[in-house]
Amino acid sequence: MTIRSTILVNIQKIAAAYERDIASLNDDVALFDSGLDSLCFAVLVVRLEDELGLHPLSSVARFPVTIGDFIKLYENSAKQ
Amino acid sequence: MKIQPSNSLTLGEFLKHSGRAADGIISGANGCVGFKEIVEGTCFQDNSVSFCGRSVLLATPDQLTTALALVKLDGLANRVVLCPHDTDPQHFKSIISDAQIDTVVCGENFSDVASLGLPIGRAHSTVDSQNPVPIGRRRTEWVLLSSGTTGSPKLVLHDLASLISPIMQTTKAVNSVVWATFYDIRRYGGLQIFLRAIVGRCSMILSHAGEAVGAHLARLKQHGVTYVSGTPSHWRRVLMSGAANTISPVYVRLSGEIADQNILDALHATYPGAAISHAYASTEAGVGFNVIDGKEGFPATLIDGHDPNADVLMRVEDGSLRIRSKRTASRYLGNDQPSLMSPDGFVDTGDLVDLRGDRYYFIGRRESVINVGGLKVYPEEVEMVINKHPAVQKSLVRGRRNPITGALVVADILLKQRAQLSNLNNNQELLAEDILNRCRAVLPKHKVPAKVRFVSQLDVSATGKLVRDHE
Repeated sequence: MTIRSTILVNIQKIAAAYERDIASLNDDVALFDSGLDSLCFAVLVVRLEDELGLHPLSSVARFPVTIGDFIKLYENSAKQ
Repeated sequence: MKIQPSNSLTLGEFLKHSGRAADGIISGANGCVGFKEIVEGTCFQDNSVSFCGRSVLLATPDQLTTALALVKLDGLANRVVLCPHDTDPQHFKSIISDAQIDTVVCGENFSDVASLGLPIGRAHSTVDSQNPVPIGRRRTEWVLLSSGTTGSPKLVLHDLASLISPIMQTTKAVNSVVWATFYDIRRYGGLQIFLRAIVGRCSMILSHAGEAVGAHLARLKQHGVTYVSGTPSHWRRVLMSGAANTISPVYVRLSGEIADQNILDALHATYPGAAISHAYASTEAGVGFNVIDGKEGFPATLIDGHDPNADVLMRVEDGSLRIRSKRTASRYLGNDQPSLMSPDGFVDTGDLVDLRGDRYYFIGRRESVINVGGLKVYPEEVEMVINKHPAVQKSLVRGRRNPITGALVVADILLKQRAQLSNLNNNQELLAEDILNRCRAVLPKHKVPAKVRFVSQLDVSATGKLVRDHE
């Protein structure tokens, strides 16, 4: 699975587990308009750390705002 | 009229003597009320329930109603217990017993408290000026709820003097200050901001459970908010909302969790003109200190001060931060409660600190309390739920760090032998889901483990206790 699909699949799984309605997951949708709350994002970040071995948010200079920003952050981190 | 010394004023008196009572407001997502209306009117539906000398459980649905009721009850009631909106109704019985509650204040919908058998006063988020309630002069006890190991909240006893002790009191209002907090004002961190607004006679914009970040920030902009407080988790949510620049605060305050350099730098980059500070406070210990140099941790000079008249004395003992001040709570309510402080008056915060150079840094907790976005979770209360599952022998719940909410709850689970064998052939994911569903049924979401791991053994110490990590 690509980083993108890992992230999107996890968002959907977490939304189901935490009973959140999620919007269509386009790149330009703001993260907090996606339907997930802070707790869900925290769960997402922990799962991505386990599945991808990446934790780019710990040292980020600018916090990602959109889903596209978020995916790009992980994709760039994997290249480093 | 002669004004009482400010340290003995009640909330209503602070507003009454403000001299600009007509200007200030308290605003929630569901309405807005002026200081003058608050002082002259009442949010209570009728006068049939007296609050004079009563011990009141304040279980109102929204923060605006709480704020209006608090101004009236302080000075009138003997004791007020503040219940956040997510207080589990199954705990009301023990709260009522431990705090010797004899009256309940709730909102329109009172089904949760109707069966408690106590007089019920109903409060609104609006004010009736035809039906004024007098301002009392009693020294009301304030009780805040704090997490406990068994899931039942601990009742932490303060009074207005201890609560407003950290607040610089000025004789005249600063017109430019409009306060807001992302906290609930029924928790210590939010209450501090509410009291700063009242004591400073400044307007205050309240948060609202479930409100989208963008809508909340738009409300703050509409009211020209200048001073804003929240946990690092609240602020990360703002920075990730895409709407952070809706507001232009001149003062940004963080508390309730460890503020790391990353969030301090990100806030400085977003609000370059704002003073950014992070405060250390807990419900029991009160506000310890406020760091304004933009760096994580705190200066070592704050520890072991020798001025006996200092408001706050702090020391580090066995690695944890201890605080003695007028701001600390006096005790826990209820039978068989542990003492809140040592014989010489120091509260052990349980927060471990490490001296590096001329600065102390927070490195975790001595106890295993997990701080999820400012909300405390005791592992034992989650383990109790997991251990009830028929396939589980025992479990170890711990915190796992993450850059969004500071920490998350995760669980290591040791299965019973038979379950272990059958689990080899079955889907572990289904069993984990079944255990988590049981947790979801009885625990608030932040206490439900974010991840479950099945392990072949759990370490037990010589005293027979589970070995817990100090993350």
